[in-house]
Order: sequence, then C-alpha cells, then structure tokens
Amino acid sequence: MNIGYFPGCSLHATAREYAESLTAIAAALDIKLDEIKDWACCGATSAHSTNHMLSVALPARTLMLAEKQNLGRVLAPCAACYNRLASARQAIAKDKEIAGRIQAILGQSFENSVQVLSIAQLLSEMTGEIRDKCKRPLRNLKVACYYGCLLVRPPEICQFDDPESPSSLENIVKAAGATPVQWDMALECCGGGFSLSRTASVVRLSRSILQSARKAGAQAIVVACPMCHSNLDFRQGAINMRDNAPEPMPILFLSQLVGLGLGLDPARLGLSRHFVSPQPVLNFINAVKLQAEDREHA
Amino acid sequence: MSAEHSSITSPKEHTSARPQQSLSSQIQNATGLDPACCYQCGKCSAGCPMANEMDLKTHQIIRLLQLDLDERLLASEAIWMCLTCETCTTRCPNQFDPAAVIDALREAALKKVPGRVPKRISAFHSAFLDQIRMHGRVFEFGLVASYKLRGGPLFADVESVPSMLSRGKLTFTPKKIEGIKALRRIFEQCATEKSK
Repeated sequence: MNIGYFPGCSLHATAREYAESLTAIAAALDIKLDEIKDWACCGATSAHSTNHMLSVALPARTLMLAEKQNLGRVLAPCAACYNRLASARQAIAKDKEIAGRIQAILGQSFENSVQVLSIAQLLSEMTGEIRDKCKRPLRNLKVACYYGCLLVRPPEICQFDDPESPSSLENIVKAAGATPVQWDMALECCGGGFSLSRTASVVRLSRSILQSARKAGAQAIVVACPMCHSNLDFRQGAINMRDNAPEPMPILFLSQLVGLGLGLDPARLGLSRHFVSPQPVLNFINAVKLQAEDREHA
Repeated sequence: MSAEHSSITSPKEHTSARPQQSLSSQIQNATGLDPACCYQCGKCSAGCPMANEMDLKTHQIIRLLQLDLDERLLASEAIWMCLTCETCTTRCPNQFDPAAVIDALREAALKKVPGRVPKRISAFHSAFLDQIRMHGRVFEFGLVASYKLRGGPLFADVESVPSMLSRGKLTFTPKKIEGIKALRRIFEQCATEKSK
C-alpha cells in the first residue's frame, strides 16, 4: 500500500523515535510512506489561536503539494497535525468563500481532494496484517491506550471511532498482542501546547493521566501524538518527584508498541530516546520469550 | 442580538466616529456560529480540563459574548487558557463550537487589547510563528531560544539540554524549505486578510 506522509516538525526532531518506529513498522507491513515534498509546519496552536486564515492556509499549502504529487491519502502521525490538516480540509470543503480566498492566498488552483488520516485510522485498516505477523512477545503486557484530545475528536473532523468511548487503539494494541486496560483518562488533555508557556498546567494534567494509568495496572501508556509523549515522558521526572517518586511509567508511541509486537529489533524503534526508560517493557518481553522457550524444551 | 441592544451595553460605541460592529456579530461573521445558540447548560465548562485555572468558565465566556460585554470578556485571561482540546465542541448538545469561538475571540483580542494577552503565551506564539516564517518548519532549538528572549522563563528546562542532545532530539542547524518565499507570502497575505 502506498500512502502520502506528512511527518510534521516534531517527527524530525524531538519525536524522531516516532518517525523511526513508524518507518520500521511500515516496512514490515508493506506500507510505502511517500513523504510530501517540501511540506511546511501545520501552524499548530499558534496559528489557530491568532489568525484563522493562516491556520487554514498553512495546511492547505501542504495538502496542495500532496495533490500535485498525486497522493490520494496522507498520513499525519501527529494527532495535533492531523487535527490541523483535517480541520483545514473541512473548512475549505464546507465554505466556498474560504475556498476562494485560500486559492487566492496560495496563488494556485487546488481541488482539496487529499484525504487526511491519523495513525489510528491507518492501523485500524491493518489490524488483520498486524495480527498475522504478530510474534506474540507482548502477551499479557498491560497497556493504557491514551487517545488524548485530538485523535478521535471532534467527531465532525475525524468521522472515525466513538469520540467519548473509543476503541480503535485498543483493537490495534490487541492485534499487536498486548492487553489494553480499562481506565478513566484516555481522552483527557495532557496540556498540549502549554509545555513551555504554562508548564504547571501540563504537570497538573499529565500527572492525573499517569496516576490513572498506574491505578488501572498499566505497565506502559501508548500514545499517538508527540506532544502527549513529551508531556508524559519528558515531564514525568518533574511529575514523579511531586508524587514521592513512584515507579516510572514508560510511554510508548503506538508504532513502537506495534513494532515490538511484530518482533522488530527494539534498536530500530528508537526506544532508547525516551526520558523514562522502557526497559521494564523490554524485560517483560524477554521474560515471556524465556517462558516460551522453556515450554518448548519441556 | 440586535445592534440597538449592543449599543446600550457598550457605551464606547456612542463616542466612536463610525458605528462599529458588535463583538458578537463580529465573532458570528468570523465563525458562522450564532452565540445565541448557546442555552447555558454548562456542559462545556463541566468537561473543560482548564476550568479550574480560568476566572471565566467556557459557558460564561459565551454568555458575556451574547450580552456583548466586551470589556469584561476581553479583560479576562480565560480565553488564553483554552488548550483547544475540543472537549466542549465535542459535547455541546446544541452543535455550538466553543473552541472555534474562543479562537475567534483570541484573534479579536489580539487586535483590540494586545497588551492583555498573558506574556508567556504571547511570547510562545510569536516565537513559534517566527520559526515557520523563517524556515517553513519549527526548528525546536530556535523556538526555545526565541521564546526565552521574548520573555519566556530564561532558565527553565536548560538543565535538560544535555539529555535532549544525548537522545538525538536537538539539532543546532535549521533547514529551510525550498518554497520559503511563497510561504512568507502566505503569512503576509493572512496578516492583511480581514476577518470574513
């Protein structure tokens, strides 16, 4: 399968392990990621908070480039980029006046034909392949699937999964052989773009997400957004200090968990780039492997 | 909301040289959403993750907008506390879109009362958009440096630079996209675009 690919700024920098693991699982699942040439930043919160037209025009330029490259569908693995691209696409589709102004701003004609997919949408289509190729090393690994605010919401933009009680991540995680836990904070915001400008809010919000996952017995949290990852992983040290240093909670990108399920080498999944070591998860996998070997010998 | 009513609630408009559009109709024009749609059930505020850090809750923001009490509304930092998690928009029982309205209010506040935007949030947005204007993409090291120079906390997170580097998460050289000139034209045009 060929699919257009919009990595977004984070996947080239602070979340490069997301890009690495995505590339690794794409190869294993026969997905060819075709990167949009010369893509630009989606504008993120800073554009939509200050200039609506800019928040539509920046993603529109990228979607226009994808259209020129004949990409029918584009994967935006960052949930926040996905929201901006999909929102811009919808704003142009539902309002002819905006469509006209965007064409004028871009200075080029543009059909708005490119469909935008989140990683949850893409991998939901692939659960059969994931299950078939799964090496079952994650058996009984309990994970909390964290959607965050924008992966399946708002429903008008995503038109995918249930915005209040979603199950797509759980299904993907199950296909990869792990066991999703039931928990309360799957859709609560981590503090998103306030990481630098209002860090205390991020600490408050991310802390209750970590606590809830711990209470539900999760051994790791699975995320599909570089900002969620950064707030839960990079900021976890500061959060745990307030909580009398409980056991650190590894935060895995969905692509890393699927990669582990497919039996890919952890080194190819960028696991060493996290601030909270995912070693407990790797130890768990090794223990499962040893048990299986023992059974074979017995 | 009639124009007559709004001229009563905002006395400023009597003194202005030309009749100004009320804030509520300005927001309605910008978003296509009629603030009168909101019947104040409060569901938006109940689910808002930032509600306990806001001096005005989401439904109160919308109420002040319905009444065109611009001064009270724009004097509050509440609109800048919104994370745009879209929980309110997802749950509104009358298909109103508080998150989009808050975005439009922020845009209006930037024009009317730029001095009232919380300093760090304003510094972050300026630094972020500058990165895109300069390179077409956000160069994270540049973003943090520029944010600090614009008034962000100078020493926050400095201790994490070595660990960011050892994890290969920071680079010091930004890469510019090829279409940077065309991208800068988009910025220029959007800056001069009037609200719909």
